[in-house]
Amino acid sequence: MTHMTNIQAHFQLDYGDFKLDVDLQLPGTGITVLFGHSGSGKTTLLRCIAGLQHAPQGFLEINGRIWQDSKRGLFLPTHKRPLGYVFQETNLFSHLTVWDNLHYGLKRIKQNSGTVKLMQTLELLGIGHLIERMPGHLSGGERQRVAIARALALNPEILLMDEPLASLDFKRKQEILPFLSRLHQQLDIPVLYVTHSQQEVAQLADTLVILEDGQALASGPLSETQSRLDVPLAQDREAATVWQVTVAEHEADYHLTRVAFAGGSLSLPAVHAPIDTPLRVQIYARDVSIALEAPTATSILNVLPATITGIADGRDSQTVVQVKVGNQSLLSHITRKSALLLGLQIGMAVYVQIKGTSILN
Amino acid sequence: MLTSSDLGALFLTFKVASIATLLMLLLGTPLAWWLARTRSAWKGIINAVVALPLVLPPTVLGFYLLVLMGPARAVGKFTTWLGLGTLPFTFPGLVIASVLYSIPFVVQPLQTSFTMIGEQPLEAAATLRASPLDTFFSVVVPLAKPGFLTAAILGFAHTVGEFGVVLMVGGNIPDKTRVVSVQIYNHVEALEYSEAHWLAGCLLLFSISVLLVLYTALKTHPVAHPLK
Repeated sequence: MTHMTNIQAHFQLDYGDFKLDVDLQLPGTGITVLFGHSGSGKTTLLRCIAGLQHAPQGFLEINGRIWQDSKRGLFLPTHKRPLGYVFQETNLFSHLTVWDNLHYGLKRIKQNSGTVKLMQTLELLGIGHLIERMPGHLSGGERQRVAIARALALNPEILLMDEPLASLDFKRKQEILPFLSRLHQQLDIPVLYVTHSQQEVAQLADTLVILEDGQALASGPLSETQSRLDVPLAQDREAATVWQVTVAEHEADYHLTRVAFAGGSLSLPAVHAPIDTPLRVQIYARDVSIALEAPTATSILNVLPATITGIADGRDSQTVVQVKVGNQSLLSHITRKSALLLGLQIGMAVYVQIKGTSILN
Repeated sequence: MLTSSDLGALFLTFKVASIATLLMLLLGTPLAWWLARTRSAWKGIINAVVALPLVLPPTVLGFYLLVLMGPARAVGKFTTWLGLGTLPFTFPGLVIASVLYSIPFVVQPLQTSFTMIGEQPLEAAATLRASPLDTFFSVVVPLAKPGFLTAAILGFAHTVGEFGVVLMVGGNIPDKTRVVSVQIYNHVEALEYSEAHWLAGCLLLFSISVLLVLYTALKTHPVAHPLK
């Protein structure tokens, strides 16, 4: 399916000590991560989209269909919205087997394509062997995978996930993240994914929405939004940019792989994947340094021409520099002293040296 | 040994208790659901009214019912207008009094288990296309099964044990309102201690069995943890 659907979400609600006021246009494909600290309103926003919470002022259009329009007094109740929802706390029905949990929604929609879809989902999530068990006899990770399958079985038009990994320990998270990445490649519906974890942002997001105090600080394609200087993320010690690249060439002699992006290429430690495989490469701002001229003698392989597009103060001795490499945005953390000595200014052509990269999938 | 009037009293008791329990479940379920979910200011008042029979002496409850259902009062006038006559000293009157007397024993366990189910399974069902009514029957009822079991058993057993209300509202009419507890009272009044022993023994055995069943069943189906 190639048709682009669009999500328009506008909500205003006021609980006195908490206000939500967002107006978002989101793409109809890929994973959009709603990122923020607790109390930022990300879960409330997701619940408003699901209709689990009723924002008095709201307009929500998904896939060309209007789910809420408070001006016209329209509010579709949750059970009439063609969505899938995965809750933070695993929310399986404890009185039903895994199989009956998976079929609970299927029985209530009038289409028979569900069973085939369900079988594919069971296989994808690796839970086919669990179907006769009761939810009480599953591990946390298994329960969450069943919950994801239960939501997907309905063939929803949008999948909403509220911190699906938050209640799991590190090991279980690592067990589920690959499934989510795989889902990402196979799903043709938009996914709205709530998290406060930068790791999940890096691994899953195509689009990033940063929420704070009930408002959207920034919203847009992942690397663009990650490298915005006007959001606190750019100053963070862990500030990083994720580039979506494809495998271009294997240099077997050196145990290296060249990956391509719009406007250039990078050398990475060997990746055992066929040519054209999409990869996510994470580049930490602290691993990026800046030179005015192309360094001729350096051990660093990834030296790329770039243009400075923004400069901002960082923490303590730091300056945050935002550059464009081809079409990709990148952040660099350097010392304020270096920035002054080099005389860095917006619009300057420079070279970025990337000391380290990590491959996320 | 049990006399034929003893057997009649036993049969009548179980008939009253069965019908009253059925009515209490029908009325008590929506009431308990409302009490478990509402944020209305009325909640406290309704809770208090429902719990009233727990603390009120049965004779007081019976006295007011007798007055209210009499021919001079609203309820009595209404039933007369309906062509039913007045309710005191009749079987339907006894059933209504029993329902009012025992309803807290039905509403409270139901309310507790509805509250314990919480919001989460209801929200999950809504995201899986189940309407609120559908959710009630496919999720709430199965998860609240222990609550329904407790409510039915306690409601039934408590109705079997009533005395003061019956004496006030029902009187002592054989096969119409003379239930076991009243029959035992009659035997003791007439100094028929051996007959009284038989009937009292029956009720003791019944009560112990009921509580045994209840506590064994609740051990295997704990009311807590509706969600795993």
